[in-house]
Amino acid sequence: MSNSRQYWQSVEQLDNNEEFAAKNSDEFSEELPLDQFLEKQELSDSSTTRRDFLKFVGFSVTAATLAACETPVMKSIPYVIKPEEVTAGVANYYASAYYDGFDFAPILIKTREGRPIHIEGNKKYSMTQGGVNTRVNSSLLGLYDAARVRNPRIKGEDAKWSKVDKAVKASLGSAKKVRILSNSIISPSTQAAIDVFASKLGSEESPVDFKHVTYDESSSSGIVTANKNTFGKAVVPHYLFRKANIIVSFGADFLSTWLNSSQYATGYGMHRSPEEGKMSRHYQFEANFSLTGTNADIRGAVKPNEIGLAVIDLYNAVAKATGNASVKGGKLDDDNDVANKINSAAKDLVANKGKSLVVSGSNDVATQELVNGINQMIGSYGKTINIDTPLNIRKANDVDFMDLVKEMKSGSVDTLFVYGVNPVYSAPASLDFAGALAKVETSVSFSGVADETGSVTTILAPDNHYFENWNDFIPVDGAAFIAQPVIRPLFSKSKTQQGTRQAQESILRFVKVKTSFYDFMRENWNTTILPLQKDYSTFDELWNNTVHDGFIHYTPAPVAQTLEAIIPTSASASASAVVKNSKATGIVAELYTETNMGIGNQANNPWLQELPNVITKVTWDNYVAMNPADCRENGYNTNYGQHLPASLVNVTVGGSTVKLPVISTPGQRVGTVSISLGYGRTKAGKVVEQGDMLAADGVTKTVGANLFGAVSTKGGNFNYYVDNVIIELAEEKEYPIGLAQTHFTEMDRKIVNETSLSTFIKGKNVYNPDPTVVDAYGITQKVEKLDLWAAQDIANGHRWGMTIDLSKCIGCNACVTSCHAENNVPVVGKDEVRRNRIMSWLRVDRYFSSDMSMTDPGETGKIAMYKQMEAPSVYPEAVHQPVMCQQCNHAPCETVCPVAATTHSNEGLNQMTYNRCIGTRYCANNCPYKVRRFNWFNYVGDSKFTDVNPAVNDLARMVLNPDVVVRARGVMEKCSFCVQRIQSGKLDAKKEGRPVADGEVVSACSSVCPTSAIQFGDLNDSETKVKEVSEDERSYHLLEEVGTQPNVFYLTKVRNIDGERIPVGLGHGTHGDHEDHAEEAHGEDAHASESDSHSEEHAGH
Amino acid sequence: MVKEAEVREPLILGKDVTYHSITEDVCRPIEGKAGKLWWLLFSVAVVLAIWGTGMILYTIGRGIGVWGLNNTIDWAWDITNFVWWVGIGHAGTLISAVLLLFRQKWRMAINRSAEAMTIFAVIMAALFPGIHMGRIWLAYFVFPIPNQFGSLWVNFNSPLLWDVFAISTYFSVSFVFWYIGLIPDFATIRDRAKGPIAKKVYSMLSFGWTGNAMAWIRFEEVSLVLAGLATPLVFSVHSIVSMDFATSVIPGWHTTIFPPYFVAGAVFSGFAMVQTLLLVIRKVLHYEKYITIQHIEMMNRIITVTGSIVGVAYLSELFISWYSGVEYEGYAFLNRATGPYWWAYFIMMTANVVSPQLFWFKKLRTSLTFSFFLSIIVNIGMWFERFVIIVTSLHRDYIPSNWSMFHPTFVDIGIYLGTIGIFFTLFLGFTRFFPVLALNELKSILKSSGEAYRGKDTGH
Repeated sequence: MSNSRQYWQSVEQLDNNEEFAAKNSDEFSEELPLDQFLEKQELSDSSTTRRDFLKFVGFSVTAATLAACETPVMKSIPYVIKPEEVTAGVANYYASAYYDGFDFAPILIKTREGRPIHIEGNKKYSMTQGGVNTRVNSSLLGLYDAARVRNPRIKGEDAKWSKVDKAVKASLGSAKKVRILSNSIISPSTQAAIDVFASKLGSEESPVDFKHVTYDESSSSGIVTANKNTFGKAVVPHYLFRKANIIVSFGADFLSTWLNSSQYATGYGMHRSPEEGKMSRHYQFEANFSLTGTNADIRGAVKPNEIGLAVIDLYNAVAKATGNASVKGGKLDDDNDVANKINSAAKDLVANKGKSLVVSGSNDVATQELVNGINQMIGSYGKTINIDTPLNIRKANDVDFMDLVKEMKSGSVDTLFVYGVNPVYSAPASLDFAGALAKVETSVSFSGVADETGSVTTILAPDNHYFENWNDFIPVDGAAFIAQPVIRPLFSKSKTQQGTRQAQESILRFVKVKTSFYDFMRENWNTTILPLQKDYSTFDELWNNTVHDGFIHYTPAPVAQTLEAIIPTSASASASAVVKNSKATGIVAELYTETNMGIGNQANNPWLQELPNVITKVTWDNYVAMNPADCRENGYNTNYGQHLPASLVNVTVGGSTVKLPVISTPGQRVGTVSISLGYGRTKAGKVVEQGDMLAADGVTKTVGANLFGAVSTKGGNFNYYVDNVIIELAEEKEYPIGLAQTHFTEMDRKIVNETSLSTFIKGKNVYNPDPTVVDAYGITQKVEKLDLWAAQDIANGHRWGMTIDLSKCIGCNACVTSCHAENNVPVVGKDEVRRNRIMSWLRVDRYFSSDMSMTDPGETGKIAMYKQMEAPSVYPEAVHQPVMCQQCNHAPCETVCPVAATTHSNEGLNQMTYNRCIGTRYCANNCPYKVRRFNWFNYVGDSKFTDVNPAVNDLARMVLNPDVVVRARGVMEKCSFCVQRIQSGKLDAKKEGRPVADGEVVSACSSVCPTSAIQFGDLNDSETKVKEVSEDERSYHLLEEVGTQPNVFYLTKVRNIDGERIPVGLGHGTHGDHEDHAEEAHGEDAHASESDSHSEEHAGH
Repeated sequence: MVKEAEVREPLILGKDVTYHSITEDVCRPIEGKAGKLWWLLFSVAVVLAIWGTGMILYTIGRGIGVWGLNNTIDWAWDITNFVWWVGIGHAGTLISAVLLLFRQKWRMAINRSAEAMTIFAVIMAALFPGIHMGRIWLAYFVFPIPNQFGSLWVNFNSPLLWDVFAISTYFSVSFVFWYIGLIPDFATIRDRAKGPIAKKVYSMLSFGWTGNAMAWIRFEEVSLVLAGLATPLVFSVHSIVSMDFATSVIPGWHTTIFPPYFVAGAVFSGFAMVQTLLLVIRKVLHYEKYITIQHIEMMNRIITVTGSIVGVAYLSELFISWYSGVEYEGYAFLNRATGPYWWAYFIMMTANVVSPQLFWFKKLRTSLTFSFFLSIIVNIGMWFERFVIIVTSLHRDYIPSNWSMFHPTFVDIGIYLGTIGIFFTLFLGFTRFFPVLALNELKSILKSSGEAYRGKDTGH
């Protein structure tokens, strides 16, 4: 067919005669009727009058102004080709795992449109049951950390990866001594990569001296060495708290920071409810009041240096009962009946042989040897302690690190790689790691930010965030976890930046292995894991299912079994070492890792910085924790918070002096102090620069002070207590402190209903009576029966509710950070915290017990009684209580809002309509629980929050949950029961045409709770767990007598102690302590007076 | 004409007071130049007003966070000032309406300025619910107006909404009442005005008043009707304001005694403020003839009576908190008196309960200096009463973990002083452009109660 087809517009064009051609040469073939238009008489005559002109100008200006006023519209670009798994508005969950050398947790990462926005626990893994702690939970924000470096650096200057590779290869080519310094590697593939690296170094003629040195910033080297001495195995054993009826802990904060705490917390929580008499009993002996200590049934305060002596006492008591030889102990300085508590513990341990567990957080080898001895005598090995499949976390030996520093100092180390640790910050000052590092010719840090170490190494080869990496972990032999990337590296190679690169890949590249770590890992799994498991026959099946599930169980290769029941022969030697080591002079300071900040690797995370300390509720600082008795004696301020400053002191620990505020911490062993590690970071990012403290250089502002330097290296292990501490009032005298809760005690009110196990057995009417009212006719009725209000229609459809088991709740704060991430809760900074304006929708209240009680005020007058009640005991008990919006069915907030911005839903939710809110704050005033939070400022726009609130920073904004609006200035907000999750759960069920199943809708707080203390679900569905728990005899409403009829139920806390503990009326109090075997009659009296006071109260209304 | 009994003290002093001299005396400040003292006071007031306005704009620009409020104490100085000003705004209408109904002639010398004070105080009061809103630009949400949201309506359960109605009604009626009374006096000023502008302005303000008998009859009728309308409002406004607290669940707020107790307190503080202003006016404008010691004494008596009612209310609250046996209630009041805010409670008790009792001494209640001093004390005391009720109830309520303290910021203080500045700017303006005494009404009692006419009629 011919290709010369022509198209024509008209016959003229086809003809193409002259006339047409002439006409067509112009753009417009016909003349425009311009004249006609211009000649129009009216138009040419028209003249714009001044009035008209002004009208037009006015209109244009107004129009332009109005247009300018419009909210800027930001258009998002839709996918041209939508990835199969991404549906706008629908979240995807990926199984992964977290490990940072301190914590391990199997997790589930929630992504929306490709952005990770929330971390939950992997519920499939039975050892944690979906629990994650607050540090793991908050690590999400690290992905969007503006401090992450986007280019590798050579000598501090941005460089290309190729240059970095060249430089490292050159260094390796000539190096004689190469060292890798890392935290405990629990990743088999990373270990394999390091092995490959080692194998490729040097050559036949010039061998390279290579060593992989493990260094844990929070060391448990004492346990490793003790086990080596006792069993010949240098391991950290695998502790099974879930199997322990009796738990005795000597300074091990196993619920929050000790070893594999996430798993311990879950196991511990399983036996903390008293139902069916299966409740465990927990003894804690420690110096500082730890989170674990607050949960203990019986706690003894012991000086940190005398923990070993307490262990000896227990050893002897157990030895006596089991017919073993006792050892020679020392004299314990006992001011709170520790001796009796130890005896009681010994009795319980012996009675529960094989079902008990003794642990110690001490890093002293001899102490740990004795602990091993006790565990042997009570038959823990093989039952509650598994030494044959040890824990791979924190298994480093401190001596290795000390030796490395020595080598470095001598200048013999040519090339050093630092992975996963920050020794310039965290190494004891006595070792002078920074000085030693300067002598290493080529040092490479894989840190993702230019931290204290990464900024002084010659090369910084930034690692990806763990969300961007493939990785695998075996924390305990028997289960292998895969961490999968959930987002493309945020800082990948582009025109403007070099991007980050996974450290394992860098390690392989440095020795010219070009495979990606993904392929390397697959290959490794193919050869190692595949043969050990039986579930899958092909590798692809194994891989795909493991990536999907996040982990796989396998049968580890058999190891030599440890002989059981070797009664220690060296116990006497250990004991004499302990006694020798326990000598200390002056004030002893314990250096501990704190629940929120841990080892400080997430210091640039404002969520964690603003998270109140679990005991003292201090935010944005570390401090000297001192018993109030000591504070008063030394004249330090015990009444601080908001505008009242704390006392500022100079603390001289191990030769160096830091400035820190003194926080009065009841329960701290008198005569000792505790200071948390993990603070005082200087090079973590903008957030730590917000601090009020000055770093050692006197210029850099930091949050808190770094005490890692003060850790002593006495005896070849890092020692986390120091004696001869000098504390003097600093010249400034005062320091502003941000406290999230300024009041210590419960004031004998029924806020946390608490009882003892022996009282619990007597029945609900004794420990948890329903509040009653005497009505106008003199008839005693339950509170909920008498009501002025029309009932809310909540009997039909869903009625969302929550139960919180205070017996299980360990107060770990995980729910708080989970809520922050889920609901875009703003961070407000220390200054605003000091003004009592922390924005958390969910707070964990902490109350200490007081010596003064309403039932037993003695001769004290009422005014003095209340005053004394405000002060906690020297060694109090403590309780935690998560409080969020109680979603009252008769909500006081709803009636008072003039514009009906807060209303009740027909599903029992007390909902908040931000658009309608005008911010009168009446609702907040009228809330008996004070859970409403007002947007005092524009937290996104106001310059005051630039460096603290993630929502201000463009990068960190990506963490915001798109399902939850960022609230405007001037509106009230509060817990919504995660209404967005409820809606999405309902939608899913609706799409599938079925009712919402139990467990399908889970609030953010409930989803991460390690002990399953928080249950969420539909109260109108008789099948749900929440319904079952809410009908438990222990359940009560907070402030039930106010008549708010909440949808949140609390379950009475039960302590496993002997003796009566009867909650007394409105002011239930903890009358007497647990040793006080109150008489039956006394209890009944108290009960009677309680119902009296109820009647009177309501008659008074 | 009804003649006053001889034994009664004359209400208008001076043998030389004539109808003309009353007109002259009242018009003098309007027609003449302001004195140095006036300018001094006015400058101070304007400076404070500007400062306060700046603080208000700062609050609106930046957010309520610039105040000292927090998660626990969501109202403090804002609502304290609001209630304080509303309370002050009670005296004017009470004096003009209630005393009119009771035919108390002594009100005539003081009602005009008292009413003006009411108007200005209510304006100051109305400012606070506005600016204390998080989003003042949406303040119109509180009015039940049709809107594009369909059936979205205001919440008639909310006492804050009742406030909106109560205060707007009270303000409207008070304003009309005040203005009606002003019309004949404006006409007098109009008739005397020399400048063209003044003439025009006062003509407009006087609504073409002719002063004929019919007009006077209507004037009297309207006054009586308005007095009838205004009287219940005097009691309703503060009752409703008190319900902001009384209907809540917060111990220390949830109290049935509040409505009568708040009304008594309002009259108490209002009279104290009237007293303060009268004593100043009397001195500055030389109105000793019209505002006599007798007036001052009458006012002091009312202050003593209402102060005592307030005192009884305080004690009843304390008694009930103990008698009820409610733990939270008992603690709330114990904490008021002995807790961290004991000093505020102490100021309140001393200033409101103890100090007015000094007026049992005739020497003190007829002393101008002492009356002035005490009126200030009472105003301070009443401010602290509201502060005590609001802040001490909130700062330690049900759950001890929430317990908190309130610390005012410079903005809180600035706005409070600012409203005092605005109030006095308005009031001082009033003294320059408005007849401060109800001159035509005063004339009506000159013959019956004026000292000048006493002798003439009896012939002695």
